[in-house]
Amino acid sequence: MNWAIRTEGLAKSFTLHLQGGARIPVLQGVELAVAPGECVALSGPSGAGKSTLMRCLYGNYGAGAGRILLQHHGVEIDLAKADPRLVREVRHETLGYVSQFLRVIPRVPTLDIVAEPLVARGMAREVARERAAALLARLNLPAPLHALPPATFSGGEQQRVNLARGFAPGYPVLLLDEPTASLDAGNRAVVISLIEEAKAAGAAIIGIFHDAEVRDRVADRLFELHPLQGAA
Amino acid sequence: MTSTAGYNFAYLDENTKRMIRRALLKAVAIPGHQVPFGSREMPLPYGWGTGGIQVTASIIGPDDTLKVIDQGADDTTNAVSIRRFFARVAGVATTERTSEASIIQTRHRIPETPLREGQILVYQVPMPEPLFRLEPRVTETKRMHALADYGLMHVKLYEDIARHGHIAISYNYPVMVNGRYLMAPSPIPAFDNPKMDRMPALQLFGAGREKRIYAVPPYTPVRSLDFEDHPFVPIRADAACALCGSRESYLDEVVTDDRGGRIFVCSDTDYCRERQAARRRDAAE
Amino acid sequence: MTEAPLLEASGLSLRFGAVPALDDVSLAIWPGEVVAIVGESGSGKTTLLRVLSGLLRPDAGQVTYRDPEGAALPVHDMGEAALRRLMRTDWGFVHQNPRDGLRMGVSAGGNVGERLMAVGARHYGSIRAEALAWLERVEIDPARIDDLPRTFSGGMQQRLQIARTLVTRPRLVFMDEPTGGLDVSVQARLLDLIRALVADLGLAVLLVTHDIAAARLLAHRLLVMRHGQVVEQGLTDRVLDDPQHEYTQLLVASVLAA
Repeated sequence: MNWAIRTEGLAKSFTLHLQGGARIPVLQGVELAVAPGECVALSGPSGAGKSTLMRCLYGNYGAGAGRILLQHHGVEIDLAKADPRLVREVRHETLGYVSQFLRVIPRVPTLDIVAEPLVARGMAREVARERAAALLARLNLPAPLHALPPATFSGGEQQRVNLARGFAPGYPVLLLDEPTASLDAGNRAVVISLIEEAKAAGAAIIGIFHDAEVRDRVADRLFELHPLQGAA
Repeated sequence: MTSTAGYNFAYLDENTKRMIRRALLKAVAIPGHQVPFGSREMPLPYGWGTGGIQVTASIIGPDDTLKVIDQGADDTTNAVSIRRFFARVAGVATTERTSEASIIQTRHRIPETPLREGQILVYQVPMPEPLFRLEPRVTETKRMHALADYGLMHVKLYEDIARHGHIAISYNYPVMVNGRYLMAPSPIPAFDNPKMDRMPALQLFGAGREKRIYAVPPYTPVRSLDFEDHPFVPIRADAACALCGSRESYLDEVVTDDRGGRIFVCSDTDYCRERQAARRRDAAE
Repeated sequence: MTEAPLLEASGLSLRFGAVPALDDVSLAIWPGEVVAIVGESGSGKTTLLRVLSGLLRPDAGQVTYRDPEGAALPVHDMGEAALRRLMRTDWGFVHQNPRDGLRMGVSAGGNVGERLMAVGARHYGSIRAEALAWLERVEIDPARIDDLPRTFSGGMQQRLQIARTLVTRPRLVFMDEPTGGLDVSVQARLLDLIRALVADLGLAVLLVTHDIAAARLLAHRLLVMRHGQVVEQGLTDRVLDDPQHEYTQLLVASVLAA
């Protein structure tokens, strides 16, 4: 199979030193491969490790065992072993992540938060701002808000800023963690079309969608995760 | 004449003179660099020229002719005392004429008459460290000299321009010697600074209280610090000397009565006298 | 990715009497990278910063700086003159207490201009223009260019110190608890300013802090120090969100509990 991101025997457990060294296994033997243009929805009950897998794929959590292979500039790399500088580069160029909550940077205007990853990829600041403004408008965030830092925005508004930031660069691999959780029907439809456009452009997408309607619209298949037995 | 029996030639003992000469040689070898020396007690208080006197005492010989000036004048108390001192302890000839002197000890001025090769100008220096008002730690100023790290001196000039619109240093104006060492020229007026540059005479500086000697050998470049857009300008009162009519010399302001009357006269008394004499000769012809 | 590190240290050890201040510490920092050294007081992080910047000589180990021409210079064997030159050109140092980094008796403009003059700037007009531009950049009213830093608030003093340090566009800046003595509201503004300047100028920064939130905001990479040893290091968000070492877990948990 032609894949954009793939895991081999991925495992993750947490050792809680502050709780007497309790070891909590969360993932084991995860074998997931996603092709360009494909959208895979992670499924499974709460506690099955869906968010943990997403964070491992982004490098936010270190992989306990196994490999996370990624096509980066046409070269296969193992994100599980990559040094921090390579992970940063991959996040700039190849791998996008829309988390559930926006990590607000104080005093930075919304427009610049969205434009920043574009600038980091070498786009001229003005061009990046135009593209960011267009995307924010599409997500129904009125222009007067673009100049404000999103700290005081509602949950739904922040989520849309987050989505614009994640979709703007057109990453070859995109991770979506509950992208429509706090959105109304109109904005959900916008997100669905953004996902469809990204797929059409060849992006490999892995998502957690609790909203069954959205999931059924965008996911090509489900990837089932099961809670591990023997958790301490 | 009281007896000078029991005193060595030129007051200082020969070991002290040797020690000071060694410091002088070192100072000449490293133009502008302050060389420490074991400053002796002298028969006058620190700040009255003990550094200059020790330097003069170490270099003077029986055949020398000495001139001493204070603020340009030969007839002030300090100048007269020092001149008498050396006449008595070294028996040397003294003069008030710049051109006739082989050694000129000075406080606060450089003579107007250009000095020539073979002459030595000895400066009395109260504070040899040009950075002392800017950096109180001596260890740090030494390090700054060692590394030629003189940005701070320019900061002071910058501050002057920012506050006053120009560099507000009218005397003891800092100079770079031979492009390497920052040097305090002693409290001479900034007007005199250009005379130090490539002077044919040897310039020696003695700071008695601070125990430092430094030197500018003949023909050494001496540059007053400045900015490209605020160049160094030697300033003098915009007037002619009331006695000799000079428009080139450095002038002192003299109050003549208690109704605000004042005149400007040359600070260099020898220069002024020579010019007056020349004028009288011209008038007589 | 393949370029050489700007600063590289290996096997650094230093003891103060019986106390090991640094115990076999190695690290490297690449151009444009912000690396934070975190740990509690006494963990050796400030000592590490002083050793890396050549202020303190280690008992063992070496620090190598790569200059713009690519030459590898041994920081502790280059001589004081060369080190000082580095300190006023390629490097910068931002102290926790702005009084240590500023000349309190010199105007704001003179403080910013000093590094320019130290490297040979001799045009008053352009020095002043540059100082004005930098005051604006660090959000100090340019009308205060001739005021003394002692009339400034703590936050302004710290911003002035940053302007003074960055005016010669150093490649590598050492920062020792730059937000340490400031009110929380002032801290946030300063952190954001540092973040923006570092990104705009593409600076490499070695930041020592005990403020985990500051490290998360500014740093690409994190080193956790304890008892003079680096106990954990890696990508900032990974170290903070998935800490492996017992001490790091404690450090992170303490922050969340606060």
